[in-house]
Amino acid sequence: MRRLATNIRVVRALGMRSVRQTFRRPQLMAPIIVFPTLLLAIQTGGAGSAVNLPGFPEVQSFLQFMLAGAMMQSLMLAGNSGGIALAVDIEMGFTDRLFAAPIPRFTIVLGRLAGTAALGLFASLWFLAIGLIFGAEIESGVAGALIAIVLVTTSAMAVGGIGAAIALRTGSASVVQGLFPLVLVVLFISTAFFPQELMIEPAKTLAGYNPLSFIVDGIRDPMISGITASDMIGAVLSILGIVVLGLALSARALRHRLRVG
Amino acid sequence: MPAIVVEGLERAFDEVLAVQGVDLEVDSGEIYGFLGPNGAGKTTTVRMLTTLLMPTGGRATVAGHDVTHEARAVRASIGVALQEAALDPLMTGRELIRLQATLQGIGNAEGKRRADALLERVDLIEAADRRVGTYSGGMQRRLDLAAALVHEPRVLFLDEPTTGLDPVSRKTIWEEVRRLNDEGTTVFLTTQYLEEADQLADNVGIIDRGRIVAEGTPEALKDEVGSPHIRLTLAEGSIAAAEEACAKIGRLLPPVDGKTVLVEVENGAADIPLVVRALDGEGIEVGSLELVQPTLDDVFVAKTGYHLAEEGEEGTEQEQAEK
Repeated sequence: MRRLATNIRVVRALGMRSVRQTFRRPQLMAPIIVFPTLLLAIQTGGAGSAVNLPGFPEVQSFLQFMLAGAMMQSLMLAGNSGGIALAVDIEMGFTDRLFAAPIPRFTIVLGRLAGTAALGLFASLWFLAIGLIFGAEIESGVAGALIAIVLVTTSAMAVGGIGAAIALRTGSASVVQGLFPLVLVVLFISTAFFPQELMIEPAKTLAGYNPLSFIVDGIRDPMISGITASDMIGAVLSILGIVVLGLALSARALRHRLRVG
Repeated sequence: MPAIVVEGLERAFDEVLAVQGVDLEVDSGEIYGFLGPNGAGKTTTVRMLTTLLMPTGGRATVAGHDVTHEARAVRASIGVALQEAALDPLMTGRELIRLQATLQGIGNAEGKRRADALLERVDLIEAADRRVGTYSGGMQRRLDLAAALVHEPRVLFLDEPTTGLDPVSRKTIWEEVRRLNDEGTTVFLTTQYLEEADQLADNVGIIDRGRIVAEGTPEALKDEVGSPHIRLTLAEGSIAAAEEACAKIGRLLPPVDGKTVLVEVENGAADIPLVVRALDGEGIEVGSLELVQPTLDDVFVAKTGYHLAEEGEEGTEQEQAEK
């Protein structure tokens, strides 16, 4: 029991360091908040009349529709930034300090993911605040907002697991940073920025299988209409799938790193 | 009980054996200097002893625990300050020590108390709330040392703690190492500086190309290589002729550069006139001459055939293996 409490303290301490590190390094913070906010402003300002297209879901405003996409972009880049920060730790030898401590080595990954989850929480609150300030309504009220916060926070942690795995396997910040465009490609082949009904093939079919579409729909639906069980189940299962994949890959990469030094 | 016991320790990187059957024993309370050039296997050995790297052969115990099978117990008993001070430039000194305390399972209040005491001890209390990125090299090493001490470890590993530091910072680290040792901490110190090993270590192990080539107290090792040598530089005349003349008086040592002759003499200062006369007879003008007592470099030369300082900046043994 005492060991568990110690491990929780370690994860919390490493998570707090991770958050501080992000706030103190502008190049890590910019992709999480600044870029998605700018894209949100540009898209809602320039493509707002898309809501009038036949097949576009019933929404109060384009901003209301786009909030989920901005949150999704932010959490994806938070996961990527978490991976970059971990790779920087490896490059500068900071992880050796952690590996030489008498803690279960997986707490090092969990600490990083706790920090990424905290950034996801911050991003969800940021975009909810922006939405409310600029007049977007949340149709499901407080419950809808809470669902968005929980889904964004847990998704950030899930995506962070993939970023951590790549960082641990490669030990190179530039490799993890190089995945930035890929993150955007995967994001654009989802329903983050456009409804699936209005996409053309093959993006339409790909978006239908993309787990990010299930997550973004789970975040968006309580905002633009109501909470539906099918959307929630799809989002939760997608997050769980990414969590399992990320943790499995991270565990494997961690074992490899400890074996080869 | 010995603090560190190493038997036939090996580490291979693909086809390259970076550490080849190292045996050594470090008693509790001693300072053990692990001396060798870049790429000799020092850092790889330390990484295995600190559980950061799995050995591919042999065994080792640290503080009575096996580094492979009881890695966590080893990590709880040791403090580690690695070659490149592994510090986050964005953290403050105080944050780093507090984090290290948490990693060692020390509670918040006690962690705060120890952080203050350690920062005071290494003279960083004034800079405690500044980001580490603003610290000088010496301050970073002192902070790294303080972080390694937060849980009062029985065995402290210092991997080249003074490499790249100015003489004043180096001396400060030496003083702190001595003080820690006086308090009972066993210190395993790797270095490529002869003077550092000579000044600090109770026992020295010399490693070259992954193998221990000599071990003992600095005095015993120097006694082993025997006589002092004369070091002379020429003002005029050829090195070859000077070497030929000196070879009649004593044993020539491997040259350190193209301008200096080293000749080992049996009778110390009494042989200086003989050398001067021999050179004079050949018409060779001496620029400077000094009698040098045996050093650890002489031990190194005797065991390996080359000077420690000759080994260039070839990177760590792991880097070499990766190349």
